[in-house]
Amino acid sequence: MHNLSIKELSALLQSKKISSVELTRYFLDRIQKLDAELNSFVTITPELALQMAEVADAKLAAGNAHPLTGIPMAHKDIFCTDGVKTSCGSKMLDNFIAPYDAHVVTQLKALDMPILGKTNMDEFAMGSSTESSYYGATKNPWDLKAVPGGSSGGSAAAVAAGLVPFASGTDTGGSIRQPASFCGISGIKPTYGAISRFGMISYASSFDQGGPMARSAEDNAWLLNAMVDFDERDSTSLKMDKVDYTASLNDAIKGLRIGVPAEYFGEGLDPEVAKVIKQAIAELEKQGAELVEVHLPNQHLAVSAYYVLAPAEASSNLSRFDGVRYGYRCENPQDLNDLYTRSRAEGFGAEVKRRIMVGAYALSAGYYDAYYLKAQKVRRLVRDDFTKAFESCDVILGPVAPTPAFNLGEKTDDPVSMYLADLYTIPVNLAGLPAMSVPAGFVNERPVGLHLVGPYFSEAKILNVAHQYQQVTDWHKQTPEWIEGGRQA
Amino acid sequence: MSWETVIGLEIHAQLATKSKIFSGASTAYGAEPNTQACAVDLALPGVLPVLNKKTVEMAIAFGLSVGAELPKKSVFARKNYFYPDSPKGYQISQFELPVVSKGAIDIQVNGEAKRIGITRAHLEEDAGKSLHEDFHGMTGIDLNRSGTPLLEIVSEPDMRSAEEAIAYAKAIHELVQFIGICDGNMQEGSFRVDVNISIRKPGEPFGTRTELKNINSFRFIEKAIAYELDRHIDILESGGKIVQETRLYDADRDETRSMRAKEEANDYRYFPDPDLLPVIITEADIEAVRQTLPELPAQLRARFVEQYGLSDYDAHQLTASRATAAYYEVMVKQGADAKLCANWMTGDLSKALNRDNLSIADSPVKAEALSGLVKRIMDNTISGKIAKQVFDAMWQGEGSADEIIEKHGLKQITDSGAIEKIVDDVLAANAGQVEAYKNGQEKLFGFFVGQVMKLSKGQANPAQVNELLKAKLS
Repeated sequence: MHNLSIKELSALLQSKKISSVELTRYFLDRIQKLDAELNSFVTITPELALQMAEVADAKLAAGNAHPLTGIPMAHKDIFCTDGVKTSCGSKMLDNFIAPYDAHVVTQLKALDMPILGKTNMDEFAMGSSTESSYYGATKNPWDLKAVPGGSSGGSAAAVAAGLVPFASGTDTGGSIRQPASFCGISGIKPTYGAISRFGMISYASSFDQGGPMARSAEDNAWLLNAMVDFDERDSTSLKMDKVDYTASLNDAIKGLRIGVPAEYFGEGLDPEVAKVIKQAIAELEKQGAELVEVHLPNQHLAVSAYYVLAPAEASSNLSRFDGVRYGYRCENPQDLNDLYTRSRAEGFGAEVKRRIMVGAYALSAGYYDAYYLKAQKVRRLVRDDFTKAFESCDVILGPVAPTPAFNLGEKTDDPVSMYLADLYTIPVNLAGLPAMSVPAGFVNERPVGLHLVGPYFSEAKILNVAHQYQQVTDWHKQTPEWIEGGRQA
Repeated sequence: MSWETVIGLEIHAQLATKSKIFSGASTAYGAEPNTQACAVDLALPGVLPVLNKKTVEMAIAFGLSVGAELPKKSVFARKNYFYPDSPKGYQISQFELPVVSKGAIDIQVNGEAKRIGITRAHLEEDAGKSLHEDFHGMTGIDLNRSGTPLLEIVSEPDMRSAEEAIAYAKAIHELVQFIGICDGNMQEGSFRVDVNISIRKPGEPFGTRTELKNINSFRFIEKAIAYELDRHIDILESGGKIVQETRLYDADRDETRSMRAKEEANDYRYFPDPDLLPVIITEADIEAVRQTLPELPAQLRARFVEQYGLSDYDAHQLTASRATAAYYEVMVKQGADAKLCANWMTGDLSKALNRDNLSIADSPVKAEALSGLVKRIMDNTISGKIAKQVFDAMWQGEGSADEIIEKHGLKQITDSGAIEKIVDDVLAANAGQVEAYKNGQEKLFGFFVGQVMKLSKGQANPAQVNELLKAKLS
């Protein structure tokens, strides 16, 4: 059951071979059984899920339900969910019960997709391993010694372990794609502005973008149909033409121009990962795609620019967590200053504090031009690189991360090496482009993802290419052996 | 050589929108604490600001009214600082690229015209309020005002006296109300003035300035400037140095005191707000606002002088607000004499409105009705003196001027036979005074006029009375 695609689950529900309540119970049981080991959920919401499943069943019985109705899902704990704790992986919000729904939550609730719970994440989405969560690290289902990636590591691990067919994620510097790569699932970060940020707790506003995480490109296409929407409550939300992302999945990719940037295969890339990626590209060549050499000469500047701009925005975005109106407040504050400093010192973890400090520094008088403005210029250069590259190709392929999942604790003392794990994903966020990770093989029995990057609004094309790749490969269908019911191809 | 005062003002005008600048919550004044603060105003996790477009239109209206440049693109920026009444930990304001750029407004002081430069005007959100009473050593926070739209209008340091500063503040105060973007209520904080002040010897560079914050009446502006000016002079003349700082004017003690020195000032770490797009203003946007703009006070004043032959003083009085000007023009259009209308509005009407604390819009005597009264003076139906009596009756709601004149029989006596009879009676009854008059006591003429008017209950036509008396006494 937990290996079925969204399309297959939908067919079972629509034909009433199974009820949403049964399906929801099935996944709740799996969470019960397996998540003590994985720690992919911060909060499990069985009552809410079953209540929603009953409503879904009523609609399915009436015969006019949406294809996604009744399919259980989970939200990354960054999406405000009415009446449910929304912690953002932080002690700061451990006591925060959201009084409203994020737009994405509203959209999926409207389709009666039962919410099983909220998934674990790096604190305030700052991290690449889900180890900075106040609720402890999530483990990689493929290897319990390994990290699941981050920051949407809870969602990735939960989908990979078959605890939920689909979970929402967010991607600021790679937080959907990198954990998807590490956990062997498929996840897409759409064009910046395609999915509303309303109710999605801000880390770095000009980068943050929500998206689906599921087993296959096809699953992602179904979910993207439900998630892409103009929302007037988010000023950066885009008015896009309504597209059915499933419609072009089966288009032939003969003649597709694949851009392969030399810069993606340079220093820092694990040669074994390089092999997996080259093999994946060869697979697409066999289907008639053409390889084009492209260049992204400013790519190497992207990580530095990102680690100025994202912390700068974060330093301001996280100022609202001050112990005054909600969230963590220190015991016995002596005065206002004490209330602020201790609430924040005690409520935030080390990585969050590090980024707030870096960001505040980059914005401070006398340093603004040298850091913030310079980084904005780099951002434009990186974006222009992509614009130029897409003049000669339709999609750019490469690795999502330089290595497969690293070990728990391996990089926690070395933030810079952790930051460098995102060197392929970050440039895409600087430019605001759509991009996806799909499973492409294994290195040391840990999954490796293929990175597909397209021009603005090319989600349908990216999903089409990914789906065609998944027609001739089965990496996305594999599940970890130790998990009951799993099978290794 | 004496000191020269240099003053520049920063005015915060609260924009008269129904909802806040970045949320849908109401901006109405005086509600129970925190009842007009929605999720966005409370800065809950995940909420986002959405610009109220009406505020941009109002800023454009202001810009057009002061002949300002309106840049195509302006940008909202975050001003970062921690304070409990600033729930996000930053204020959304405009920094490098404001919505309104260079403009100017003309003022008059002691009959001298002067042009005061406006550096810029930008949109921003107001903060909430900290309440220090009633919480037993704790501070209460009311976020009703949080997110209320403000237009901050920054002048050049062009003013050289308190009089000029007040004339400028009043001109802006009048203008923002005139174009309907601010209710101008200073008690409720809808119009707040910060004063930047320094002194120098004429011809020298600007001295070190101090900033006086949030002064809420024109009288206090005057007093605060006077106090601060003395303080600057005392310090400099005793060889001291002015510290650049922000000072608070305490109206109860009539003094200013230090709030924070420059070195204690926050580094606000301004940067463009990534949650909001740049504001793009097109020619069409500007044109659309221009269509809705009323004739501005200065234009209106000039036209009143030109078209109706009014004095500068009357023109100024009659353009104090749009409602006043409209009232006046309705009166004149009904066919009443322009000068008489002006006299009645600045005289009896204004007195009655002040006495009953009414605005002109709420006047029980409407423009058409008052015009009807003035016309009865013009056609000699009643005298100006009787008209005051009629006006009072109209104010009490007794009806139109004609109805009241009819009902009380106040019509002027113009029948020369009837007047002559009264004149004869008066002269007969005062033979001694007639004798004295004829012997050269010409001042007694007024006495005879008075007696005739008294006997006629004020209804005799004064011109005819004069004429008859002169004839009979010569």
